[in-house]
Amino acid sequence: MYGRKVKFRIIFVLLFIITLALTVFLVLKSLEENVVYFQSPTELKVLPELQKKKIRVGGMVKNDSIFVNSYELTFVITDFKNEINVIYSGAIPNLFEEGKGVVAEGYLKDRNFFSATKILAKHDENYMPPEVKEALEEK
Amino acid sequence: MASLLGSYSLFFGLCCSFFIFFYSLKDFNVYNKLDKKILSFTFLQFFFVVVSFICLVLSFINSDFSNATVFNHSHTTKPLFYKVSGTWGNHEGSLLLWLLVLTLFILLFLIKSSKQPKKYIILTLLFQQIIIIGFFVFLLKTSNPFSHIFPVPKEGLGLNPILQDPALAIHPPILYLGYVGSSIIFSSALAATTLNYISKEWAKDIKNWVLISWIFLTLGILLGSIWAYYELGWGGFWFWDPVENVSLMPWLALTTLLHCILVLEKRLILTSWAVILSIATFTLSMSGTFLVRSGILNSVHTFANDPQRGLFILIFLFSLIFMSLFIFLFFHKVENKNTNPFFWLSKETSILINNWFMMYFLSVILIGTIYPIFLEVLSSEKISVGPPFYNKLIIPFLVPFLFAMMVGPKLKWIKSDLQNKFHLVLFLIISFFLSIFIVSKLDINFLNNTILFTASFYLFFGSLRDLIINKFKNLSQGIAHFGFSLLILSILLNSIFSTEVITNLKIGETFQSEKFKIKFEKVDYKNEQNFQAIIGKFEIENIDGNSLTLKPELRIYNQPNIVTSEADIKTNLYSDKFITMNMVQNQDYFNIRYQIKPYMIWIWISVLLISFGGLHSLFRKKI
Repeated sequence: MYGRKVKFRIIFVLLFIITLALTVFLVLKSLEENVVYFQSPTELKVLPELQKKKIRVGGMVKNDSIFVNSYELTFVITDFKNEINVIYSGAIPNLFEEGKGVVAEGYLKDRNFFSATKILAKHDENYMPPEVKEALEEK
Repeated sequence: MASLLGSYSLFFGLCCSFFIFFYSLKDFNVYNKLDKKILSFTFLQFFFVVVSFICLVLSFINSDFSNATVFNHSHTTKPLFYKVSGTWGNHEGSLLLWLLVLTLFILLFLIKSSKQPKKYIILTLLFQQIIIIGFFVFLLKTSNPFSHIFPVPKEGLGLNPILQDPALAIHPPILYLGYVGSSIIFSSALAATTLNYISKEWAKDIKNWVLISWIFLTLGILLGSIWAYYELGWGGFWFWDPVENVSLMPWLALTTLLHCILVLEKRLILTSWAVILSIATFTLSMSGTFLVRSGILNSVHTFANDPQRGLFILIFLFSLIFMSLFIFLFFHKVENKNTNPFFWLSKETSILINNWFMMYFLSVILIGTIYPIFLEVLSSEKISVGPPFYNKLIIPFLVPFLFAMMVGPKLKWIKSDLQNKFHLVLFLIISFFLSIFIVSKLDINFLNNTILFTASFYLFFGSLRDLIINKFKNLSQGIAHFGFSLLILSILLNSIFSTEVITNLKIGETFQSEKFKIKFEKVDYKNEQNFQAIIGKFEIENIDGNSLTLKPELRIYNQPNIVTSEADIKTNLYSDKFITMNMVQNQDYFNIRYQIKPYMIWIWISVLLISFGGLHSLFRKKI
């Protein structure tokens, strides 16, 4: 009925569409599960309910708030309106300093405590998380 | 003085473009040899850009702070080597480097491809000139590397210390050679499409450019990765960070193109595909520069920079994409004369399958990289996409990919039977039992890891055998594929067998774990040219009595005032012992991270092997 070539084309196009659909489906599903939302301390305060998912909190490290013992580190992230206590045990990046920007990744314990699994540093001393910049400019 | 000369030189360089346009259009329909004037002006343009670049380097060496770029990124106490590398360690300088490579490559193209049809050469030159003009205007308008400051400051602001590192000093030029090499592929693909010259000759001509960009891109990514490994102190070599992803995407497109060109060269099929890939590769390279330089990406590698510049590149990028799509849709003719027989079991089919997988990996990375940007624009929600996303989507598909890579090279063009079935089965059985042996000893997911290990070992043995037996048939491919299998295998072993300890210690304290003991003996202070070093001394005692001294370093740079940590790494063929220390502000404690990373060196070696495969292919015919 159809030539060999046409048949071949149809198979090819079908395969292509199936792969494409599968890819889109997989990617979207995986995105849903693995995306980490970024929030400021102020946003955390107004959350209707505590999330179980991993999140990122960004802001400035409050002055005189870093305290360390042999197995953990605590500090306070502030956006100059609200703040949150962070408990962390793990590697500390170089540019982690009081009065500098910081992004912590981890889980909320309650409205005032955040248990971080990772602290992210920026390479640049002038860098400030955009959210913090906005908060500062509003002041 | 140097600034003034550099600035004028840039302007003259731009003027050359218009002469080139003029003579090219005039010469286009003349049936003669290529007008010598075109070549002269291209050379002149290259010369002007070189002068301008040298002027910038000189300004950096002489610490001429009347130049804004030098003021912002240099300092008198910086060692000479980093003064020079500071030239391209910033936005303006790196764009000038882009331009330099752009003009160099088109000049080389004119010289190397002089035997090609004249119209094709001229059109390639014109398309390349469009890109070059774009970059000239961009440089002169938004980011002139020679802008003047008055009054002249006494001292510069200094280069970010994290960039003061040998690997990162040469990383941008190498990476850019790869990125910009793809511009030639882009221009010539468009030229060939316009003239309907997509042919075996074109494939032969362009293959070398694909290889060159591919080799440099591979090496560039390798350097960046090595740098991240020892300088950032995280002990990893790949973090699926957006900035890393934007360099991997053109690499994937280029690798796909490389395989596609091979098919095109032999069989003259997949022509549209090759053109699309050529366009995609360059577009991805440009977007890479755009995304890194515009500050849009929310990345751990973020450097503070100016988003205004991004707009220009974005508009330029979109014009290029529209232009190329227009040319592709209106000029490209699908070859209906193609009556080549096509069979499922053949080399070209396997390469096509390989291409599909590569495109899948590429789209996953693309979505993971740009989805957060779009979401932020659309809903002002800020998200990040981390390693789990990539691992989950890429690793499962790596298995069929590895199998296809094992079988593919054994097939012949057009129609083929599987030969050496015995070896294929034998290797599969060996790989399978070896994997079970390894995985069963460990406390990890049995099924997934066994499958993954089997696939990796399978390719490893297969490509090793190819390398040894088919010595003279296709050595380049053998080396590159063997390198790739080694890479996958080392990454797998490395990720499974790595151990890590993170603790806070005071001087004199000891950390005790089941397998080893870390003693923090003392710190020494040392003054260097532009930083003060704090050198820790750690004694690590293994349970079997072996001990090892490691001396990680903290460097407190004076300008800008930044602390960086230098990992101390003891490397041997089996594993890396990696230690970093960090100060905790206002406290007596140091944050210590000790890692044992098995087979780390093999990751670097395998990437070198991969690029060596490309290098061998480039020089094969000439020897």
